[in-house]
Amino acid sequence: MNKDIVSIKGINDGLLITLSTTEEWQVITTELAARLDEQSGFFAGAKITVDLGERPVPKYELSSLRALLERRGLALLVVQSGSATTLESANALDLRAVALNQPLRNAEGEPSFDPDEDGTLGLMIRRTLRSGRRVHSRGHVVIVGDVNPGAEVVASGDIVVWGKLRGTVHAGAEGDESAVVCALDMSPSQLRIAAHIVTSPKDKRRQVRPEMACVRHNQIVVEAWEA
Amino acid sequence: MGAKVVTITSGKGGVGKTTTTANLGVALARMGKKVTMIDADIGLRNLDVVMGLENRIVYDLVDIVEGRCRLRQAMIKHKQFPELYLIPAAQTRDKTAVSPQDMVNLANQLREEGMDYILIDSPAGIERGFRNAVAPADEVLIVTNPEVSAVRDADRIVGLLEAENKGPGKLIINRIKMDMVRKGEMLSANDVTDILAIKVIGIVPEDESVIPASNSGIPVTLNEGSRAGLAFRNIARRLLGEDVPFMDLDENKGFFQRLSKLFGGA
Ligand SMILES: Nc1ncnc2c1ncn2[C@@H]1O[C@H](COP(=O)(O)OP(=O)(O)O)[C@@H](O)[C@H]1O
Ligand SMILES: [Mg+2]
Repeated sequence: MNKDIVSIKGINDGLLITLSTTEEWQVITTELAARLDEQSGFFAGAKITVDLGERPVPKYELSSLRALLERRGLALLVVQSGSATTLESANALDLRAVALNQPLRNAEGEPSFDPDEDGTLGLMIRRTLRSGRRVHSRGHVVIVGDVNPGAEVVASGDIVVWGKLRGTVHAGAEGDESAVVCALDMSPSQLRIAAHIVTSPKDKRRQVRPEMACVRHNQIVVEAWEA
Repeated sequence: MGAKVVTITSGKGGVGKTTTTANLGVALARMGKKVTMIDADIGLRNLDVVMGLENRIVYDLVDIVEGRCRLRQAMIKHKQFPELYLIPAAQTRDKTAVSPQDMVNLANQLREEGMDYILIDSPAGIERGFRNAVAPADEVLIVTNPEVSAVRDADRIVGLLEAENKGPGKLIINRIKMDMVRKGEMLSANDVTDILAIKVIGIVPEDESVIPASNSGIPVTLNEGSRAGLAFRNIARRLLGEDVPFMDLDENKGFFQRLSKLFGGA
């Protein structure tokens, strides 16, 4: 048994499986299968969160991981990752993608971006979020597409929607009142920034234009987006 | 090759999947196509009832999959259309008896039988069995009603289809009532497509003749006077690749109103 390759532990409502970020994928999946089979039946029905760290996992690998778990009666629900590729794969498979917000650093531990710009890692999604999808990021979230009614985006930072925003969004979810929400067409069913909440009036004659929501004088205001 | 597999599904139950499958089957058969309809809604079997074939069932989908009968033995031939077949769902058996791969194999066998179309009546999307019904699909039709909750669930299905690489699918808006749309009491087709942003292949009006037709086992398409029947025939023609204009659902619009529209008036 090798705890460095695969670690399994119980969390609130299921299991957290953490997989090595350096070992070969084939070795990892074999080890995982062996570990689960050892405890055969013990985990059945559990909801699984997989932490893949910084490893970029393509869609087909993630999909075979899901199948491996499914064959053992385990439902893969959440993927935690610091890799954009992995998050994109999780999104494409309709799994809940949780971005681990690692500061951008190169191998020497130096910030790999321009030190004059205090950038933060974010999650970029190039598709429409449909009903039932939930996206969560410790950084910013950029969506190139629509956020449909019934979809939800939660970010510790800002949320930018390059499309129609009609679902629920929560920016500054950890309490940052300076967070903003921008959208080309702003009519969220609910919009939150930090602890403030507003809903959109159902006004059909509303003028469609890019808008930005932010907190001013202790309330959410929406104004024309002129960045 | 040859046969095209069309899966009819929805997010919410009771929106008209079975009605659509039955009517498209009949409409395609009337146009001379060889069609097999598969009822993949295991446990909620009712395509056989709507087709008026309930009393002819001997074997079902699970019997084929588990090798208890040959494919042909489970294909029930329609009374009126000799090239229209139904494979019924199992009524009671375990829902896990069929896998997505079983459905792909079955579709391939039906292709060898020389079918032109294989229509699969799917369970609603959140249920088990949805992935089975979608696995062999070349094309997916999503049925919805013009209601906020049904559209919300349909949106979810489009997302699931995209995840299965079967997306985005084409939309059928069923049971629309123009008088209510006009009064702003019902979502219009535009309201629906504004959210779902997928291609519409049919808009079917609410029609009183649908329910008695289903009860008597004679799908409404066979009723020449029915507006829903016409809408289903149009969908069948669009499936065949014809460019059929959408029908004018505004029944109340008088002759003069239509004329004045023609001449660019109000
Ligand atoms: N266009 C329509 N007009 C009137 N009734 C309809 C129409 N479409 C479906 N129905 C009725 O709605 C009910 C549900 O339809 P059904 O096809 O069984 O839905 P599903 O297969 O999606 O559960 C049935 O009673 C059916 O006769
Ligand atoms: Mg049905």
